[in-house]
Amino acid sequence: MSCAETFAAYALRAVGIGERLLPRADITFCEQAILIGSGMIWNIYFAVLALALGFFLAVGVALARASDRWVFRAPAQAFIFVFRGSPLFIQFFIAYETFVLIPKAGFDISLGFIDITAETRWLTKAWLGALIVLFLNTSAYTAQIFHGALMAVPKGDVEAADAIGMSPRTRFRRVVFPTMLRLAWASYTNEAIFLFHATTLVFFSSFPAWRQKGDALYYANYFADKTFNPFVPYPIIAAYFVLFTLLLTLASGLVNRRLNRHLRGQRQ
Amino acid sequence: MFDYCAEPGVLSGLTWWSCYLTTGKQFDFYLSFGTVLLLLGLTMPFILLLGFSGALARRSRFLPLRWLGLTYTSMVRGIPDIIFFMFALIALDQGIEYLRHIVLCPDWTEPIRQGSDFRVCPAAKMPLGNSPQWVHEVYGFFLAMIGFAVVFGAFAANTIYGAMAAVPGAQLETGAAFGMSRRQVFRRILLPQMWVYALPGLSNLWMILVKATPLLFLLGVEDIVYWARELGGAKTARYEYPHGDWRLGYFLVLLVFYLLLTWISERAFARLTRRVSRGQMSAGGTV
Repeated sequence: MSCAETFAAYALRAVGIGERLLPRADITFCEQAILIGSGMIWNIYFAVLALALGFFLAVGVALARASDRWVFRAPAQAFIFVFRGSPLFIQFFIAYETFVLIPKAGFDISLGFIDITAETRWLTKAWLGALIVLFLNTSAYTAQIFHGALMAVPKGDVEAADAIGMSPRTRFRRVVFPTMLRLAWASYTNEAIFLFHATTLVFFSSFPAWRQKGDALYYANYFADKTFNPFVPYPIIAAYFVLFTLLLTLASGLVNRRLNRHLRGQRQ
Repeated sequence: MFDYCAEPGVLSGLTWWSCYLTTGKQFDFYLSFGTVLLLLGLTMPFILLLGFSGALARRSRFLPLRWLGLTYTSMVRGIPDIIFFMFALIALDQGIEYLRHIVLCPDWTEPIRQGSDFRVCPAAKMPLGNSPQWVHEVYGFFLAMIGFAVVFGAFAANTIYGAMAAVPGAQLETGAAFGMSRRQVFRRILLPQMWVYALPGLSNLWMILVKATPLLFLLGVEDIVYWARELGGAKTARYEYPHGDWRLGYFLVLLVFYLLLTWISERAFARLTRRVSRGQMSAGGTV
């Protein structure tokens, strides 16, 4: 099989399109590189969705944590404490065992134009169950970062907003929130990188890889087991992760420039 | 353990629990908490040592050494730690066996890599095929320890490098103005002061390390996750203490253990920070 044929057969194998059987004997470098790259689809899927959804929950939790009202503050603190204080690995196990116990049932959800039957057994599948865990986990870490930044917003800025008669809503939207984001951005980027790297845990923590549809580390581990030679698959997956982490850092740098655009020309 | 535990089938209630919780397997589970703490305790000095060496290499005036330090410290930013662990485990294992093979069996002519096999002479096997079980376990633990030390050493090197750079330059210049040599400036001014700047990063590192210990399970060490899965799984009536699937319960115990561990660590670090800030020219310092 030439490398182009391998690409056609395995490039989308991780999502179930293409050749059914994984390569077993005479494994080539090309097969390893393409299949591991195919697995990266899952790592990117988990990271992008968890971060995108987690951002909003994190803002909410950070605000609740900073609230004067006990009923908002206490749950937010407990949420952050549990998810930041325990290993993600254990969280995956607990979530999976809990999801398995939920009775199997289907719910009809009407989206207006289409009806979907949501089934509780989806929770035991990695695409939903693991995503929920990653989403909650990153929300807790990000909320802590945002809370720290919220506390560091200069008092003078807030008072100035009050002085020119901004409503609390406008003040948050135009002063507090942008400043918070700017102060938190470096730490938030770190958290995003950590979460991206944590996606490799998904298929090693109870969530089964159905029909051998797994993430990059699942395939790298498969090849290391089959060839008994770790010196090919692991450097390949490392290269993929270095590449995507670099892209993430670059994207974050662009956002940072945008956040700090009023400081152009000064040291940022 | 207790005399009345001889017939577990007829027990119920509290006595059943007192017997169930004191079986030999349960004690293996309790001891495995010690394994986790042992890994943390034994690895931390090596992490600091590697971190220190990495930071010094990065500050070195010798270019190749600086590159080496830079590569080492930046690798953890790009590559997930779990990939390192899984790679390091097999790579170290094969590397050690390969070296022993060369030294111990110089007459061996067959190639080591035959297709998908890695074959060294029996004398080079590590641990030897006839070693008792505990040697295998200790060896596995030792390899896992090296993996942890290398990965988290790189984290520590980043922190320590940053802390060394954060010590005010004027202080070092003052030292030089007093006629101290580079070495003296390093030992008497830089080293005592950098800890204040390194501590937030190191406490963060410790938290990440604590939360990475369940990965021991993936590396084949019989740690708390291994025992929680083993003991929690459903036990049929063939067992002495039959029960349903209790894995959720066991994992909740682990959750509480980790929450306690991180909570205690956080408080300890807060105290330590107050201590090292004493007499320092920083915001948290008290004169």
